Amino acid sequence: MAEKILMKGNEAIAISAIRNGVDGYFGYPITPQSEVMETLMKEKPWETTGMVVLQAESETSSINMIYGGASCGKKVMTSSSSPGISLMCEGISYIAGAELPCVVVDVMRGGPGLGTIQPSQSDYNQIVKGGGHGDYHNIVLAPASAQDMYDFIDWGFDLAFKYRTPVVILADGIIGQMMEKVELHPMKPRRTAEEILKAAPWATTGKTADRERNIITSLSLDADIQEKFNRKLQAKYAVIEENEVKFSEYLTEDAEYVFVAFGCSSRICEAVVDGLREEGIKAGLLRPITLYPFPEKEIARLATQVKSMMSVELNLGQMVHDVRLAAGGKCPVGFYGRQGGNIYTPEEISAEFKKFNGLE
Amino acid sequence: MISIEDIKKPENIAYRRPALLTDNVMHYCPGCSHGTVHKIVAEVIEEMGIQEKTVGICPVGCSVFAYNYIDIDWQEAAHGRAPALATATKRLCPDKYVFTYQGDGDLASIGTAEIIHACARGENIVVIFINNGIYGMTGGQMAPTTLLGMKTSTTPYGRDAKLNGFPLVIADMIAHLDGTAYITRQSVHTAPAVRKAKSAIRKAFEYSQMGVGLSFVEIVSTCNSGWKLSPVEANKWMVEHMFPKYPIGDIKDVPAGR
Repeated sequence: MAEKILMKGNEAIAISAIRNGVDGYFGYPITPQSEVMETLMKEKPWETTGMVVLQAESETSSINMIYGGASCGKKVMTSSSSPGISLMCEGISYIAGAELPCVVVDVMRGGPGLGTIQPSQSDYNQIVKGGGHGDYHNIVLAPASAQDMYDFIDWGFDLAFKYRTPVVILADGIIGQMMEKVELHPMKPRRTAEEILKAAPWATTGKTADRERNIITSLSLDADIQEKFNRKLQAKYAVIEENEVKFSEYLTEDAEYVFVAFGCSSRICEAVVDGLREEGIKAGLLRPITLYPFPEKEIARLATQVKSMMSVELNLGQMVHDVRLAAGGKCPVGFYGRQGGNIYTPEEISAEFKKFNGLE
Repeated sequence: MISIEDIKKPENIAYRRPALLTDNVMHYCPGCSHGTVHKIVAEVIEEMGIQEKTVGICPVGCSVFAYNYIDIDWQEAAHGRAPALATATKRLCPDKYVFTYQGDGDLASIGTAEIIHACARGENIVVIFINNGIYGMTGGQMAPTTLLGMKTSTTPYGRDAKLNGFPLVIADMIAHLDGTAYITRQSVHTAPAVRKAKSAIRKAFEYSQMGVGLSFVEIVSTCNSGWKLSPVEANKWMVEHMFPKYPIGDIKDVPAGR
């Protein structure tokens, strides 16, 4: 039987990075995710797997270290929380523009500004729509448990290298801080130099006589070349949208009402669905696991089946716009949210649901 | 009598363009120091035989296209961030020779945090710092290293300490940091200066594989377009005005006991 250990979501990120052959982590302390780097420093992976761990002078520097490490074809990652992620957005745009693979973990807290240090999902728009300047997307994965935090590192790097694109694990303070049992999968060794040459022939591994020099850049001064590149990016995103959508459903088969929620909110909404079912109300839950690409086809399908949908988010209503777009007016789409680090109870959501649907 | 054909033999060639310089036509203005510095960097890499082991990091500024001219693998950084890229590259690939090539706006203004902390950590990288006291690419604005009284497009009446603060002497600043191994200030305006600058760059590359810390080669340079001076006048102006503020010579050489 696989080993199961009780740990925080943030610790699961660190342990997973070591166990999945990550080459480097570069970060800067910020609540509520500082355990990621603390755990890495305590584990000293440079003595075991050879993984590099470095505390940088800022989030700006961290993300640019990621740019440098990714340029070498290495599996590199960072983690931060909302205000720190804002500082990284410039670098993420460059990484998308240079088509580099990397994993960024955002353990969201309440904003705007310095905000709070409590959990929030208020950076959905920022991360799902891009974050930095220019036409680009991140692949965005939304974990709902410490196990997801562990599993999404490996999945994230697979996607990042498959598409040469930044992958953001969009978590929140609850998922980062909550302790749960995590099943550890077998260790994956770090890639050898030969494996890197094969996986990343574009990387700056040193120019050899058998190839042209490799240049990692996001610069082009020619408008036509830039437009052509942007079209190439869009074509890549179309493939991602076609192939990489992931979601889970709970009691949607006969549902007359569906909640749409990601991350910690999807866990809470499961309890809401259970409560409503006990009252004889046929409720269900759609949990987008990838926020980009978004499960719009499934939402469009459900929109023709249900009486209404409700998007439940720890923000002022961000994902709800994507749910409404996908539902295409086929059913009413309500919203309920809390902000600033406050969290809803299942009873609170249930009451809002009934109010929205006239079921009081 | 010796004919021209007798002289033009391989064994008689005293100088030739380094093979690592590509055939791309350089975009630099006539008289600009960048072309010469590119050439000596290419010569050092070639003479050390480390083309396959070298990664260069370009800045944002006039030398943003350095990757078009030297035939090695390159990363093009965001403005000021080259030392962060170099840090990760060197730590993840310690067998590589990793250098940044940065101007004064890139390194001493927007990238101050990155260079200071790369120095403080003692990253085993080479930093080549082109200091011409002006932003060349964006059209001649004030740089952190612009001299007092010097006219630029954003100091049209001359840099005024009350209005614009004082020039940043970055090489002297980082000399105080324990993580720096070698700090030198050179120029490329005469043949002897070019030779000295090349020796300094070679030493910096050699030190970067010795685990002794960061090596920093500042090249006090000219910007003819920004300074609005001919190449000859610019060289003269640099000697008379830039050198007193930015004196040529070694500032720190820890492996040599200095």
